[in-house]
Amino acid sequence: MDSITYAPATGALSSMWLLVAIPALSATVLLLLGRRADKWGHWLGVASVLASFVLGVTYFLQLRGIDGTGNKSLSVDLFEFIHIGDLNVSVGLLFDPLTAVFVLLITGVGFLIHLYAVGYMSHDPGRRRFFAYFNLFVAAMLLLVLGDNYVMLYAGWEGVGLASYLLISFWSDRPAAATAGKKAFLINRVGDVGFALAIFLMFATFGTTNYADVFNGVLASEAGQTVSAGVLLAMGLLLLLGACGKSGQFPLQTWLPDAMEGPTPVSALIHAATMVTAGVYMIARSQVIFNANETAQTVVVSIGALTLLIGCVIGCAKDGIKRVLAYSTVSQIGYMFLAVGLGGGAYALGIIHLLAHGFFKAGLFLGAGSVMHGMKDQEDIRRFGGLWKYMRITWATFGLGYLAIIGIPPLSGFFTKDPIILAAFNREGWTGWLFGSAALLGAGLTAFYMTRLFVLTFHGRPRWQKEGEGGAHAASATDAHGAHADAHGAAIARTEDGRDIQHPHESPWIMTVPLMLLAVGSVAAGWLMSTSVVDWLTPVFGEHEEGHAHLTHTQVTIATVAVTVLGVALGYLLFRGGTSLVEQPARTHLVRAARNNLYADRFNELVFELPGRLLTRALVWVDNRGVDGIVNGLAAAFGGGSGRLRRLQTGYVRTYALSILSGAFLIVAALLAVRLG
Amino acid sequence: MKYLSLMVVIPLLGALVTAFVPKHKPKTAKIVALVVSVIVLGFTIAAAFAFEAGGDRLQLSESYPWIPQWGLRFSFAVDGIALVLIGLSAVLVPLVILASWKDADDDGTGGRRNVPTFFALILALEATMIGVFAASDVLLFYIFFEVMLVPMYFLIGSYGGPRRQYAAVKFFLYSLVGGMLMLAAVIGLWVTAKDGLGHATFDWNEIVALAQGGGIPGDLQKWLFLGFFAAFAIKAPFFPFHTWLPDAGGAAPAGAAALLVGVLDKVGTFGILRYCLPMFPEASKYFAPLAIALSLIGVLYGALLAVGQTDLKRLVAYTSISHFGFIGIGIFAFSSQAATGSVLYMVNHGLATGLLFIVVGFLVQRRGSQSIADFGGAGKALPLLSGVFFIAGMASLALPGTSPFVSEFLVLIGTFSVNKTVAILAALGMVLAAAYILWMYQRTMQGRLNPKLAELAPMKKDLSLREKVVVAPLVVLIIALGVYPKPLLDVIEPAVSSTMTDIGVSDPAPTAATGAEK
Repeated sequence: MDSITYAPATGALSSMWLLVAIPALSATVLLLLGRRADKWGHWLGVASVLASFVLGVTYFLQLRGIDGTGNKSLSVDLFEFIHIGDLNVSVGLLFDPLTAVFVLLITGVGFLIHLYAVGYMSHDPGRRRFFAYFNLFVAAMLLLVLGDNYVMLYAGWEGVGLASYLLISFWSDRPAAATAGKKAFLINRVGDVGFALAIFLMFATFGTTNYADVFNGVLASEAGQTVSAGVLLAMGLLLLLGACGKSGQFPLQTWLPDAMEGPTPVSALIHAATMVTAGVYMIARSQVIFNANETAQTVVVSIGALTLLIGCVIGCAKDGIKRVLAYSTVSQIGYMFLAVGLGGGAYALGIIHLLAHGFFKAGLFLGAGSVMHGMKDQEDIRRFGGLWKYMRITWATFGLGYLAIIGIPPLSGFFTKDPIILAAFNREGWTGWLFGSAALLGAGLTAFYMTRLFVLTFHGRPRWQKEGEGGAHAASATDAHGAHADAHGAAIARTEDGRDIQHPHESPWIMTVPLMLLAVGSVAAGWLMSTSVVDWLTPVFGEHEEGHAHLTHTQVTIATVAVTVLGVALGYLLFRGGTSLVEQPARTHLVRAARNNLYADRFNELVFELPGRLLTRALVWVDNRGVDGIVNGLAAAFGGGSGRLRRLQTGYVRTYALSILSGAFLIVAALLAVRLG
Repeated sequence: MKYLSLMVVIPLLGALVTAFVPKHKPKTAKIVALVVSVIVLGFTIAAAFAFEAGGDRLQLSESYPWIPQWGLRFSFAVDGIALVLIGLSAVLVPLVILASWKDADDDGTGGRRNVPTFFALILALEATMIGVFAASDVLLFYIFFEVMLVPMYFLIGSYGGPRRQYAAVKFFLYSLVGGMLMLAAVIGLWVTAKDGLGHATFDWNEIVALAQGGGIPGDLQKWLFLGFFAAFAIKAPFFPFHTWLPDAGGAAPAGAAALLVGVLDKVGTFGILRYCLPMFPEASKYFAPLAIALSLIGVLYGALLAVGQTDLKRLVAYTSISHFGFIGIGIFAFSSQAATGSVLYMVNHGLATGLLFIVVGFLVQRRGSQSIADFGGAGKALPLLSGVFFIAGMASLALPGTSPFVSEFLVLIGTFSVNKTVAILAALGMVLAAAYILWMYQRTMQGRLNPKLAELAPMKKDLSLREKVVVAPLVVLIIALGVYPKPLLDVIEPAVSSTMTDIGVSDPAPTAATGAEK
C-alpha cells in the first residue's frame, strides 16, 4: 500500500467543525436554559441535527465532486491541543469516504430518531433534558468519526460513553436504570483503558498519534522490519479491547442488553444505529494496523463469530421485545466484526452491513417503541399477539425491518449479510469453513428468533385482553423468578401499576413517519449499497481482487436462503399459536444458560464484583486499623507527648504486625513491577 | 512591580484587619475577606501577564536582606510551576470564602463561632500558600511550609465536624514530623552549601548551581533527599503516610477541605519537583523506583478505598490519594510529557476536587449529614446541584473535555514510553475512578428518594445565586482548560524541561522511525 496523505480541506469542507459544533451548542443551550426552554427545546434539538445532516450532505457532495485521481481524504487542523516534547496532538478533523458514510448515517438516521422522540417523549417532563443529551451524543459521535488522530477519536469515544450513560439512566429514579447506566459506563471504561494503552503504545513506537503518521509508520516498519510483530499484535489487540467494550462484543457484551432500561429512542439511536458501531469504525479506520498482523485479524474474526452466535442463542430465549432486539444487535455487530476482521475486500462489506443495520435496526427499535407506546409500556412479547389489526403502520414497517434483518432477498440484509457469509467461507484454510459455518448458522438462528418475535407480537391470538388473569399470572411469574428479576419482570410490575391496558392504538404521525422512512431504507438501502458504497469506499480500503474460493457465490446464497427459510418455518410453526404467559421450566441446559445470558453476568459477578467488594472492604478495615495505627504510633513516638494519639492505638499489635508485613509485601511487589519496565 | 511580595503581604494584612472586626459584625468580616482575596486575584492575573512564558526560568524576582549572618533573605521568584499553583490558590480562595459564607455561622449544635476569625484564618492561609510557592530561598520556603500548618490547624480544630480535635491534632503532628526531618535536611544543605560556595546562603539558585556542578556528594544527597522527601511525601500524601488526610478532609469544613486538598497538599508534590529533583539529581534517580512504587500503590489503594467509603468527604479525600499517586508517578517517570502532566494535574486536581468538596459541602449543609446512606434520590429536587456534582465527578474521573483528562493522559503517555508496566497498572485506576464516582453519584442522587430527604426543606432548595457564583467559574475553567490547555502548558513546559535537564534525563526516542518527516 502506498503511503497515506491527507490533503488540506478547501471550500465548504474547511468548515466541517460545524458538524460537531452545532449539536454541541444546542446541547449546551438546552442544559443552561433549563426549564425556560421546556416548550421549544426539543425542536431546537431536532433542528440542530437536521442542520448537521444538511451540512453532511453538502460535504458529501463536495467529496464526490473530486474526480478519480484526486485525494479524497481532506483534513483541517483547528488548533494545537497538546505539544510537549515529541508529543504533538492537535484538534484536527478528517473527512474521507469512510467518515462521509458515517456522518450521513449518524445525522440522517439520527434526525429521524430525534423526530420520533418528539412524539415518544411528549408526556415526559424531562423531554428538554432528553434532547440535550441526545444532541450531546450526536456531537460526540460526530467527533469520533471526524477526528484525524487517535486522541480525538478517544475524546469522541468517551464522549459517547458519557452520553449513553446519561441516556440509559435517564429515568434515574428507577434503580434498575441507574444501575444499567453505571454498568454501561464501567464496562466501557474497561475497553477504554485498552484503547488508551493502544494510543500510548503508538506514541512510544511511532512518536505520534496522528492517523496518517501512525499508518505510514506501520507501512514503513513492514518494509524495514523496524517494529516487532509483537508490538503490532499488542496494538491491534488493545484497540480491539476498546472496540469490544463500545460495540458490546464478547467478553464485554453484558452491558448492552441492560442498556434497554433507557427510553426506546435511546436504544434505537445508541444501541442500534450509531454508538455500538463505533468499534467497527475504529477497526476499519485502523485497517493498516490490523492488516499488518494476521494474528490480530484472526482474533477479530473469532470474536465476531463467537459473539454473533452468543447473540443469536440468547436472543432465542428472551421475552422482552427490546431485549431480543438488543441481543440481535450484539449478534449483527458480530457479523460486522467478522467482516472487518477478514480484511481485504470484506472491510467494505462490514461497513455496508453496518449502514443497512443502522436503518433496519433503528426501524425495529422504533417499531418496538411504537408497540410499547400503544400497550402502556408493556414489553413482554408473551403478552402481545394479534396486534397487526390495531397498528397497521407499525406492523408493516416492523415487518419490512424483520424481513431485512433475516436477509430475505431483495431487502437490504440480504445484500449485505450474504457477501459476509461468502467472505467468511472463503477465508484461507480450514478456518474458512469454521467461520463460514458459524455465520451461516447465525443466519438460521436469526431467522428463527426474529420470526418468534414477529409472530408473537403481531400475529396469533391476542394475549393481552384478560386483565385479571394476566395480572395474577404475572405476579406468580415475578415471585417464581424474583431471584433474577429481569427487565421483563420490571415491565410486568409496571403494567400492574397501570392495570388497564386500553385498546392498543397506532402512534401519532410524528412517530410513524420516521418508521416509514426507515422502512424505505431497509428495503432499498442494501441493493444501493452493495455496489455504489463499496466503490465509494475504495479510496479508503483499496482495490481487492477475489482471493481463494471454497464456495461460489451461488452456493452460499442458496445455503443462506435455505437456512433462513428453515428458521422462519420453524419459528412460525412453533409460535403461530402463541405461547404460554409465564416462563416454562427449562428442559435443557442450553435453554437455562441462554435465559441467564450464558452466565456472563454471573461470571462477572463472581470473578470481578464479589472479590472486588471483599477487597475494598478488607482494605478499608486494614487502612483504619493497621496502616493508620502504625503511622500514628510512629508519629506519636516522634512527636512525643502526644498522649491523645497514643491512647488511641491500644492493643492492635497483631493487626499492626500483619499490616506491616502486607504493606512491605505490597511495596516489594510494586517495586518489582517498576523494575519490570 | 513587586507582585510576589504584595501577594503575600496583602492577604496577611487583610487577615489582620478581618481578625479585628468585632464579633457581632460577621458580615463586615466576610466582605473584607472577599474583597481582599479578589484584590489578590487581580494581582495574580497581572503577575501572570508580566510572566514571560519561555523566558528566564525564575522571574518576578525580589530579594530583601533578612539575617545576613546566615545568608537568609526574603527572596521571592517564580518559575512556571510555581506560577500556575499560585494562580490556583488565588482562584480558589475567593470562591472558598464565598462558598463558606454561612459555614462558620453556627456549629450545628446551636453554638456560635467566631466568624471574623474564620475568614482571617483563610486569608492567613492564602498568604502562606502564596509564600510557599513564591519563595526562592530554601529556609524561607521551610518557614512558610511550617507556618502554613497553623491556620489550617485552627480551621479544622475550631470549625470542623464532630471529630475535628482528633483530626486537627493528627494533621498537625504528621506535618510536624515531616517538617522536622526537612529542617534537619535544610541545615545539612546549608552546611554543605557553605563548604562548597565559601559563604553562607539558602539561595535556591546558588544551591542548584552548586548541585549541578557536582558540589553535593552522592551519599549526602541521599540523606538530604530523604529529609525533604519525607516531608513532601507526608504532605502530598503518598502511601503509607496518607491516613491523616481522610480524617482531616472528613472533619474540616468543606471550604477548608477544598483548600487543604486542592492547594496545601500540592506543596508536597511541588516541593519534590522544585527542591528534591534539581538539588539532589543523583539521589532522585536512585530513589525514583521507590517513589514510583509508593505512588503506584497510592493510585490503586486510594481508589479501592474510595470505593469502600461510606462518608462523602472521606470518599473525596481518598480519591485524592489516588490522584496524588498519578502526580507522583508523573514526576518520577522523568519524561517531559509525564512531568508536565503532573504539574498540570496539580492545577486540574485543585479545580476538580476543589469543586467536588465545595459541592459536597453544599449537600452536607442541606442534609446535616455527610454519610452517603443519608442521601439517595436527591437529584430530582436539585437538578442544578446534582448537575454540578456530576460535572465535578466527571472531571475527577478525567473524562475528555474536562481539564483533568489532559493531565492524566500526559502522565500516562509519558510514563508508558519510559516504563510500560507502571503505566498499565496505573491505567487500571481509570476504571476504579469510574467505579467510585458513579457509585457515589448513584447512592446520593439517583434511585428512589430517601424518605427522610422529603421532610427536609433545604433538600428542595437548588443552588442559590451565591452558590451559582461559586461553582460557575470552576465549571467554566474545568471545561475551557479541558478543550484548550495550551495557555497553562506553555507556562509549565519550559520549567519542567529545565528540571529534566537538571537531573540529566531526556525523553526516549520512538522505537520505530516514523513517517512524520515526509
